[in-house]
Amino acid sequence: MDNLLSIVTFLPALAAAILALFMRGGDAAADRNAKWLAMVATTATFVISLFILFQFDASDTGFQMVEEGDWIMGMNYKMGVDGISVLFVMLTTFMMPLTILASWDVKTRVKEYMIAFLLLETLMLGVFMALDLVLFYLFFEAGLIPMFLIIGIWGGQNRIYASFKFFLYTFLGSVLMLVAMVAMYADAGTTDIPTLLAHEFAFADFEVLGIHIVGGMQTMLWLAFFASFAVKMPMWPVHTWLPDAHVQAPTAGSVVLAAILLKMGGYGFLRFSLPMFPVGSEVMAPLVFWMSAIAIVYTSLVALVQEDMKKLIAYSSVAHMGYVTMGIFAANQQGVDGAIFQMISHGFVSGALFLCVGVIYDRMHTREIDAYGGLVNRMPAYALIFMLFTMANVGLPGTSGFIGEFLTLMGIFQVNTWVAAVAATGVIFSAAYALWLYRRVVFGDLIKESLKTIQDMTPRERWIFAPLVVMTLWLGVYPSAALDIIGPSVGVLVDNYDTAVAAADLGGPVVAEANH
Amino acid sequence: MISADLNIILPEIVLSVFAMLALVGAVYTGKDKLAPVLVWASAALFLAAALWIGTSGGGDRTAFSGMFIDDAFSRFAKVIILVSAAAVLLMSEGYMTRHKILRFEYPVLVVLAVVGMMMMVSAGDLMSLYMGLELQSLALYVVAALRRDSERSTEAGLKYFVLGALSSGLLLYGASLTYGFAGTTLFSGIIAAASEGHLSVGLLIGLVMMMSGLAFKVSAVPFHMWTPDVYEGSPTPVTAFFATAPKVAAMGLFARLLFDAFGGAVADWSQVVALLSLLSMFLGSVAAIGQRDIKRLMAYSSITHMGFALMGLASGTELGVQAMLVYMAIYVTMNVGVFAFILSMSRDGQPVTDIKALGMYSKKEPGRALAMLVLLFSLAGVPPLVGFFGKLYVLQAAYGAGLVWLAVAGVIASVIGAFYYLRIVYYMYFGEDREDALDAGGSPVLWGFLMASALIMVVGVVNLFGVEGAAAAAAATLVN
Repeated sequence: MDNLLSIVTFLPALAAAILALFMRGGDAAADRNAKWLAMVATTATFVISLFILFQFDASDTGFQMVEEGDWIMGMNYKMGVDGISVLFVMLTTFMMPLTILASWDVKTRVKEYMIAFLLLETLMLGVFMALDLVLFYLFFEAGLIPMFLIIGIWGGQNRIYASFKFFLYTFLGSVLMLVAMVAMYADAGTTDIPTLLAHEFAFADFEVLGIHIVGGMQTMLWLAFFASFAVKMPMWPVHTWLPDAHVQAPTAGSVVLAAILLKMGGYGFLRFSLPMFPVGSEVMAPLVFWMSAIAIVYTSLVALVQEDMKKLIAYSSVAHMGYVTMGIFAANQQGVDGAIFQMISHGFVSGALFLCVGVIYDRMHTREIDAYGGLVNRMPAYALIFMLFTMANVGLPGTSGFIGEFLTLMGIFQVNTWVAAVAATGVIFSAAYALWLYRRVVFGDLIKESLKTIQDMTPRERWIFAPLVVMTLWLGVYPSAALDIIGPSVGVLVDNYDTAVAAADLGGPVVAEANH
Repeated sequence: MISADLNIILPEIVLSVFAMLALVGAVYTGKDKLAPVLVWASAALFLAAALWIGTSGGGDRTAFSGMFIDDAFSRFAKVIILVSAAAVLLMSEGYMTRHKILRFEYPVLVVLAVVGMMMMVSAGDLMSLYMGLELQSLALYVVAALRRDSERSTEAGLKYFVLGALSSGLLLYGASLTYGFAGTTLFSGIIAAASEGHLSVGLLIGLVMMMSGLAFKVSAVPFHMWTPDVYEGSPTPVTAFFATAPKVAAMGLFARLLFDAFGGAVADWSQVVALLSLLSMFLGSVAAIGQRDIKRLMAYSSITHMGFALMGLASGTELGVQAMLVYMAIYVTMNVGVFAFILSMSRDGQPVTDIKALGMYSKKEPGRALAMLVLLFSLAGVPPLVGFFGKLYVLQAAYGAGLVWLAVAGVIASVIGAFYYLRIVYYMYFGEDREDALDAGGSPVLWGFLMASALIMVVGVVNLFGVEGAAAAAAATLVN
């Protein structure tokens, strides 16, 4: 199959088009058909995407299964995967059937809902596979449209505010990246990502409006990309859209947001910032380190005082993404390996945690922590699953969460011990808020009247969690399954980075000067 | 040689003769009864002329000793003008019949205006420039006041006339100065006079005056004040017309004047155009936020879009002109779709322009709402819709010309602008059910235009329907 990647990418969109054009909506039978079509389409996408994984040769560090065709404005339609992106593709195709399954009880405008999710899947997959700058931007930005609608139409009470904030915040971040892309095109004369990866952007210092810019053009481009990815990630202090979006989004929307959409920022850092602007990255790395460290500590503390479960998990996501950014800009094998691993693991774990909230929200229609307590008495299976993912969130050895946190901390320790020390306290804070949440919701006596009749998980809900449990534990005890795929590509990335930075001859004093 | 000259302006002659015959015919026979036929006939003639001009092949030809230029640039602009004018005419017919404002003068005036526009984009001389501009403007003043018994409509017409006359005055004054200092009204003569080092003060003032006059016509800030009032007051089909073809013509004329007559002094006018562009983008975006009337909102939206198109011109390069042309083609397509939607907004048969009336429109009319959604995101410049490529083009041109600050300002303005487009989406999709909801359904013609326009916005991502190549050829003939 020559165009396997395109098939995987556009299969969901095809299903969405069929749904939109040929199927009526409205009554119960039509809704059921819409759900089944979405389910079949996402499952089929996952099955076909397995072929990508099987065909993928981890020892080859270049782009594989590349497809190329002419497009407009001298750009190409070019898709391909390497060790950095292939697991994100798999994460996406893996999570989508689960989110569709988790949306089985959606009652309003089912057809449109399924169309939005199917389109979103196509766009997310495109982001991870695109090998053309503008094609990447296209997929990256287009994802805003379905997500805006998902939050705005099927969200909670304050959904309008959240959807506008989500859209405008991320849009503002991205347009600066667009200008940077135009600049890169002007400089390199191509939008082809593999060519750009080999292109060296100027890094001679210059002055803009009287400010001395160390790293010159590379630093400026890096900052423009940073504006976009930092918002998407999200990093402190531009994370404020995330808790709002998460709280207001429907359960499946939160799952997609946490599990996949946030990863686009991290993926962007790895695909663009680090390899294309190594000097810029090196100059700005201290800033990222401290922003990450602050994010880890600050958002963990904020998570501690949340009364809304979804908000708590949202803040915990920001903290976990702090490890990711830290690991990426440590720019060594452990750090980057750990960052990618952490993103994959966080995809499973935070997705599962939002689903856990969804389970009890569907029953009680509240996300207030105070409204719960003693659930273990009536929901033993739920208590067990929730416990597993709480532990994975904390980073207990044996779960996938541990590997990512450990590797990123190891990576950063080699570069900046102080940041590592501050970030390591986050491990303790995360244990504090996660365990405290678990205690308040699950343990204790079942005294609330309203909870006396609550039912344990249905078979459908158990089926949603089963694959997530398997993946979390499997990656926890056998991380090589993922690291062997990631490793070689990351190795090349790190080598090139070191070579470029060494060639640029940025002495210690120069970097220090940049911090003044 | 006169026969060769006439041969070159044959499309214009055919259209003019048709307008005269239609006028005479309608006056002596059924008057307004003939109007629907005339509308359809004019639209058909427009399309035929567009096909004719579009396929007439390459080559630059000039007529009347250089006063009239027929090149790839003018042909590109003419095709857009003719096709969009035909689309607007077809959309108007049903609406105007229903509201009993379809007079036979309407198609006749539109045809005359279109002849004026074709003249504008082909102008090779200050006099043919002015002739085309005034023919277009005079026809448009009358069309704006088409609803004679409505205070708003007559006010719009009068306002447009007075301010338009002022801008024509500025333009004429500038033209006379230019003539005085260059000694000729021919563009080819002016460029020879202007390219001798820096522009003389007289030529510079003349250029700025003429640019002010043209900025009125493209409704660029700070010469935009007439736009919201005229858009709101005119009957909606007329507004749709204002928002499409005349904008292309004025932008084409702008480019023609800047490059053909002052191409040697790019540095002198580039900053002025950049400033017009910057102000238009920001004022349009910010002022639209408070609007409740969708026609007023579209007025500010068009101001913003003109700002972006001017960004292409400001770069002063071939790529910039190409970007401007692509941008205008995309802009016109989107506006045809949006106005098809606005024309179908009605309650109990009466037209509605209040945005709030769209509350939960998506439940009643999922297809139309979806098409409008696509168009709105495209207007906002969100990928993967075609509107994004227009923005990308002008950004590229601006960056290439070293106008980085303008590119950055442009993208920030586009984020501000996204807000008000999203607000319409908000009413259609997230709002509340309303008692006084809009009527469902609407004429199939409008439905067709809306859907076609939305479809183009989605499918166009594949290859932009080849408009890129044509625009490149057009830009190459203008900038050399």
